[in-house]
Amino acid sequence: MKNRLISDIGGLPEGPLDLSEHEPTMTERRIDAMMMLLRAKPRSFWASDENRRTIESLEPETYKKAEYYEKWVLAMKELLIEKAILTEAEIESKLKEVRSRMEPS
Amino acid sequence: MSDQFKVGSKVRITNAYPPGHIRTPFFLRGKEGLIIRHFGKYPNPERLAYGLNGLPKLNLYQVLFDMETTWRGDGSFAAKDTLTADIYETWLELV
Amino acid sequence: MTENSGPHGGHDHSHNDFQPDIKEPTENWEFLEIALRELLVDKGVLSAREIQDEIEAWEKKSPEKGAEIVAKAWVDEEFKVRLLEDANQTIREFGIEVEVLKMVALENTPELHHVVVCTLCSCYPRPILGVPPLWYKSKQYRSRVIREPRAVLQEFGTKLSDDTEIRVVDSTADCRYLVIPTRPVGTEKMTETELAKLITRDSMIGTAQARDPIGKRS
Repeated sequence: MKNRLISDIGGLPEGPLDLSEHEPTMTERRIDAMMMLLRAKPRSFWASDENRRTIESLEPETYKKAEYYEKWVLAMKELLIEKAILTEAEIESKLKEVRSRMEPS
Repeated sequence: MSDQFKVGSKVRITNAYPPGHIRTPFFLRGKEGLIIRHFGKYPNPERLAYGLNGLPKLNLYQVLFDMETTWRGDGSFAAKDTLTADIYETWLELV
Repeated sequence: MTENSGPHGGHDHSHNDFQPDIKEPTENWEFLEIALRELLVDKGVLSAREIQDEIEAWEKKSPEKGAEIVAKAWVDEEFKVRLLEDANQTIREFGIEVEVLKMVALENTPELHHVVVCTLCSCYPRPILGVPPLWYKSKQYRSRVIREPRAVLQEFGTKLSDDTEIRVVDSTADCRYLVIPTRPVGTEKMTETELAKLITRDSMIGTAQARDPIGKRS
């Protein structure tokens, strides 16, 4: 079988470029900053290739729909669990708390 | 073994499609090119991707390809146009 | 994008277009960011201060840094030679320390025009150019420029003669590429600081040429 990574897209047909500029949101900046800190010395929790591998392994439907930094934060969650820094259960419970705190009821 | 490739060597990218994390673009598999630069040795990304140390390090080369041949004439380029990719030695074969 | 898109500017913009930074999170992944951050800070893995410092450090990295380097390469042949030979070592003079990655400068000439892409992810010379623009990370650019460089450059308003070799450089590994655009004619008397203003982000990626000086005689 000819495996082709979902991210490996050189030469595939695509439409015109969108050249509009985008100022990163605070959420995007924080995701970027956390990713850099977790990857860099002294922590070195994972290499950028692990990051790539995790992004490529997202469900294809999720991968296609997700925004750029959405993929990053999903990969960060997976790697934090994989490296036993956080557990899935504590992330789920924190997520519930954050939502109930922030979402208008 | 790592000395078999030099700047000026004609090479073919291995025509293989293994699973897992790979840094050799799909569109270049089986294509022929020319080594134009040697960058030194770098950890193997196919191992780094799984939390391994990436050793032994691999020689990394910049390989030049002709657009016309690579895309079999199907694209938007002029006759002289080229492309390059950075390829680790494990994906190269001498032509 | 309209130029006058202030709060009361265009009619076709929704309110949200102007306030991306202060809007409340609505998407799952925005809540996930908050949850992960709070957990990491609570557990002492990261501190809020560090995250803030990292964001500020990122904001300092911008294409202006790259433009300073290219401007020096335009006026100082010896510097340019060193930059082409060993960019990591040479950019230290600008206070930029890059470990692990290999920085590589590519010189554009009337005969050879480099354009950089990452068809596998979105590798970009962030230490020199800052955060990549959205189009650089888009599937449209990443799929097409490697196969249709002339059509893609046209979308940027960049037209090159068929006598110029366009070389699309796919940064598939440990190298991060900085393009030194061709120095425009009519800039012989300009200072390094004036020259740097002609060197745009896109000209250092290779999708555009450096700006022409204002009032250039043609």
